[in-house]
This record gives sequence, structure tokens and C-alpha cells, in this order.
Amino acid sequence: MDDVARPTDPWSALRASTNARIGLGRSGDAMPLKAVLEFQAAHATARDAVHTPLDLDAVEAALQPLSTLRVKSSAPDRPTYLRRPDLGRRLGDEPGPDLDAADKGADVVFVVADGLSATAVQMHAAPLVHACVERLKGFKIAPVVLASQARVALGDDVGERVGATLVAVLIGERPGLSVAESLGVYLTYEPRRGRRDSERNCISNIHGKGGLSYALAADKLVWLIREATRLKLTGVKLKDDVDALAPAAGGALPET
Amino acid sequence: MILRCDLGGQRYVFSDLKRLMAAASPRRSGDELAGLAAATDAERVAARIVLADLPLDTFLGEALVPYEDDEVTRLIVDGHDSEAFAAVSHLTVGGFRDWLLSHEADSDALSKLAPGLTPEMVAAVSKLMRNQDLISVARKCKVITAFRTTLGLPGRLGTRLQPNHPTDDLRGVAVSVLDGLLYGVGDAVIGINPATDNVPNAIALMEMLDGLRQQYDIPAQTCVLTHVTNAIEIMNRRAPVDLVFQSVAGSEAANRGFGVDLAVLTEAHEAALALKRGTVGQNVMYFETGQGAALSADAHHGVDQQTMETRAYAVARAYQPMIVNTVVGFIGPEYLYDGKQIIRAGLEDHFCGKLLGLPMGCDVCYTNHAEADQDDMDGLMTLLTTAGCTFLICVPGADDVMLNYQSLSFHDVLYLRSTLGVKAAPEFEAWLDRMGMVAPDGRIRELELKDPRISHMLAQASLVA
Repeated sequence: MDDVARPTDPWSALRASTNARIGLGRSGDAMPLKAVLEFQAAHATARDAVHTPLDLDAVEAALQPLSTLRVKSSAPDRPTYLRRPDLGRRLGDEPGPDLDAADKGADVVFVVADGLSATAVQMHAAPLVHACVERLKGFKIAPVVLASQARVALGDDVGERVGATLVAVLIGERPGLSVAESLGVYLTYEPRRGRRDSERNCISNIHGKGGLSYALAADKLVWLIREATRLKLTGVKLKDDVDALAPAAGGALPET
Repeated sequence: MILRCDLGGQRYVFSDLKRLMAAASPRRSGDELAGLAAATDAERVAARIVLADLPLDTFLGEALVPYEDDEVTRLIVDGHDSEAFAAVSHLTVGGFRDWLLSHEADSDALSKLAPGLTPEMVAAVSKLMRNQDLISVARKCKVITAFRTTLGLPGRLGTRLQPNHPTDDLRGVAVSVLDGLLYGVGDAVIGINPATDNVPNAIALMEMLDGLRQQYDIPAQTCVLTHVTNAIEIMNRRAPVDLVFQSVAGSEAANRGFGVDLAVLTEAHEAALALKRGTVGQNVMYFETGQGAALSADAHHGVDQQTMETRAYAVARAYQPMIVNTVVGFIGPEYLYDGKQIIRAGLEDHFCGKLLGLPMGCDVCYTNHAEADQDDMDGLMTLLTTAGCTFLICVPGADDVMLNYQSLSFHDVLYLRSTLGVKAAPEFEAWLDRMGMVAPDGRIRELELKDPRISHMLAQASLVA
């Protein structure tokens, strides 16, 4: 190959073993500007994932032909949502008559919630819902509920109002610098206000940067839905078995 | 006890001591979430005026969390040293603030006083102190601990090297450790948060870290931040445990949420002491705390989050820890909303820990849903180093790729050393010098990639794991 000995960056081989920001070099004592700007760009992406409102029209369009309903939590805006997790867990005063008018007695209702990453929901929610619905032939599925300023437990209010046996909340997880668009799913049997986190099953790290694929996540969720229907419960008693089904991926923290 | 104040033509009445303490706290989202915060800025100041006139020994007679219900309260009350307290027992909370700032309250006086103080007294006085007061008094506190390095000596700043990895890949962890060592980081601890918290995984990480330490003959302590019950099991299996880690909080119920009580901490402490692995000291415990921990476990007993945090230090000090740190911005904006609240809380936690006699450090950090950025961290790390903080946590490039939050970078430590003149622990500094990493002017060299010292280390890193 090349006869001229080229200086090689010994860090480049080591970078294969970690995505940590190693071997950045120095400008005096400080980080070189290139590294500073890369960091700022990643932080900006993560912050935008938190603060950009969910484009509900686009999600609705992507969910077609499934029908949809829209609800809001009791948190009127993002700053309040971030300060008051309790408000994000409750339906607002004006959820509209839609929920009560919806067909009662569905087996499953999907709730698509913005959570802490609207970006994740924008990218991954509709494909994942479609992948699940395909696998749930024979199940009665309620219209998909799109929830704004929502935390996981908002699904309890929605599920109770719709009268569904199971609620699956697809929600944007807390963004990190390496992955700002990770989606999580929380499944709850007989949703009603006051359900504890230990009564839910969670699938996290659904994203395209080494996370769970839609197909794997849908397989996992549908397995949980079938088992939950059979055992009439969700939560810790389902937990051990599902972990064997698909390996957990590293990445974003679950949003609760 | 009548707790009231007339201010600006309005009467403010506080129904009990808990409410007074909460109302006197600087504004923060966690107290607002709990419904405990002052409703207005004027009420907040009114509460401080009342608190200032309260005799300090009020806190000995009235428990904020009932003695019968809570083993942390029992630990505080039963362990109180009234002889040490005598020096300030005649003071009000406001008088105590003035005394702390006086020149009479020097390092020795503060060290002698520490066992006579309860967390509630310390939390109360902190609410009457501005940030500069928190800095200047903390700076006078001298708390020295030792294992393989000695921490807390004047003019020193320790660092935790935190080489986290999303899948605990041993080689990936080793590479981050080496990156940090090249910046002279790691004298407080080389400590990893495992992505998967179980015994075999923790042992694999411990053996790798211990192997690295021995290979380079580093005078440092390592730690895998696994649950304390795992650490006990791991010690039974004779794996190399230097420091035993546990997150702790300020009430029995909150600690139960972490899966611990005082008995299991005592068991772990005794087991770690029996290993006698320290060379220059035997402080073997590492605790983390953070404002909001008790509230998030619904175990705050109606007490404000800063007071609950300070009660966690009573738990920590019962075990003569090597290091303690608050994870100040980690718990999220529902507890500390923005850079201002995070900075204030970091200074409070450091001050309160130091006054109670703890080797207090800080994870200067924030999450992506908080209103904070690296500029705020620059401020807090500079303030804490000025305050004589025992150690700070650092990760490669300030980005923790496992826990998904931002802390300090290794570069930040170089900045603090050169700007504020603080050095690493003496044993570690001597090692850096032996490794040829210190320039004649005391700076950490930026070694050329082809330098045999760096190429040797990198080659070794590739061999590990």
C-alpha cells in the first residue's frame, strides 16, 4: 500500500469499543472547538426533542387507515409539564367527547404520547403501531389516541375512559446526547387511575441507532399483550419471561 | 411555639417547623411539586426572618420526621453529641449563621462542632446563607479521608473518573479509564455505574479495574457502583472490592425505596473494613445522595427537599465514608428546574455535608430536559472548587453515554487546576510524576500520540479484557 508512514490516530481503533467522547485532544487545557461544537449540536438536538411540539397531523396521517382521537393532559404547556409530572399523568378538563363516544370494550387501546421526545414519537410511533396491529389479528383495537404533554400514567385515564382491557402507551423517552429519538412502550392491564409502575411492563430503546427494531419491538409487545390477556395481569409477574424473548438494548433511560 | 412575622403590612403565620423550613427554602421546583414552597417571595423572606430568631436547640426538641417512625431520626437523635454542641447551643439560627462566618469559627472549631450538629440545624442555617456564605464557610471545613489516596488536604481537588459504557463492554470501559488517566483524573475513585446491576457483571468489571490499577501501579481506589447487597455477596466471593457504594436518602422509607436500611449498611461497612485493602487509610464507603430522592420515593414526610437531603448526610456520616457526593442535577427538572436552582443546590449540599463532617463532592451535572447547559456547569464547578469541594465527577467529553446526562469533562479538571491552583491527592500526584505526565511547571502534559508513555498505555489497554 502506502510507502509513506502516515501518523495514525491510536484512538481510532479504540473508538470501536465505545461511543464515549474519548481522545478529543486539547486546546491548552480546554476542549478543542470541534469537540465543543459537536457536543453543542448533540445537546441542541436533545433539547429540541424535548421542546418541539408533536406534529399531530403528521402522526395521524402516518397512522391511516387507523382512526385516531386527540387528548391533552392537565399540563397546559411544556414548562409546566416538565415541572409537574403529576399534571402530565391526568387527562385535562377538555378531552372532548371523543373518548366517551368511542366504542367500549376494546381489547387494546394504543396511546401515542409525546413524553420527553416528540422526535421519537414522530419517527417511530406510527410504524410500530402498524407492526403491532398486523400481528394482532382477532383482537378488537380501539382508535389510536394521540396524547399531548403526556406521561406514561395518562394511559390509565385514557384506558379507563375508553373501557379497554389493555393500554399500550408509546412514549418518547428522555433524550440523551447519542440518542435523542428513543421510543418506549408501557403496557398496563385494566388501566385505571392509581396503577403503579410495578403493574406495567416496559419495552424501551426502540430506535434506529442500535436500538430495538420495529419488528422486534412489535413481537415483544404482542407477546406481552397475549400473555397479559391470558394471565389477566401486567407487571412484575410477566417481567421475567419477556426478557428472554429479545435482548435489551443500551441507550436512553425509560421515561416514567 | 408561635411562628409568625409581619412584613410589608401583611402577617405571615407558619403552622409548624416543617412548614417554616420549607417556606424559608430558596425557590425550587421540587418543593413546588410537593406543595411545600412559599407561595410568594415575600412569604419566603418572612419565613427566613422567623427562622433567624429561632433558638438552634429547637431542633433537638422537635423532630421533623417522628422518632418512632424513622430510624434515620433515631440515628440523628441518639447519636447527637451535646458536649460538642455546647459551643453554639445558646445561639439562634441567625446567630449561628453569623458565628459560622466569624473568624473565630476556624477549621478546628468547625471540626470539633460537627458531631454536635444535626442535619436539621445545618439545613436551617443554610437557608439563611447566600451562595458566598455557603462557599466561605465550607472552605473553612477540613475533612480528610484516606484509602490509597488522601483526600481533603488544603489546596487539593479530587476527581472521580467515571468510565461508564452502555453495555459494560470491558474494553470500552478500559479505554475511557485510560483517557481519564491521561488528564490526571481518578484520584478520588475510578468508579463505574454498571449498565446491568448483577453480581457476575459487577465482578467482571471489578476484576478488570483492579487489573488496570495493579498493572500501572496506580495509587487509587476502584468501585463498581452496584447495590450494597450485591457488594456484600461479591465480598463473600472474594472479588476485589475497594469501596462499597450505596445511594442513600434522608428517611427510613426513602432508604427502603433504595432497598437498604442502616443494618445492611453496617454489615457492608464491617465486611469492607475486614478486607483491609486501604494502604494509607481505611475509609471504605462511598455514598451518593441528591435533592428530590425522598420526594420521588413519596417518603419525604412533608419536609422540604433540601432538609431531607441533609438528613441523608446523617446516614452517610455513620459509616466514616471515603467520599460522598450529591448528584445534584441528575434527578431532573421537577426537583431542580434550571441552572440557577442546580447551582444553588450544589453549593447547599456541599456546605451542609462539609459542616456535618463529610468528605463532600459533587456530580456537577444536568439532564437534557432541564434548563441548563455546560455554561451553568462551568459556574458550579468553579464555585465548588473555590469552596474547597473534596472531589468532582468527570466523564469523557462531559457526556455519560450510559446514563444519558451531562457531567464534567476531563478537560474541565485541567481548567480548574490551572485557574485555581488545586492539585490532585499527593499519592496520585507522585504517581503522575513517576509516569512522566507532569510538566516542570506542574501542568499535566499533553503527550504526543507517538510518545512511548502513551503508546505503552494504549497498547496495555488493548490487552485488557
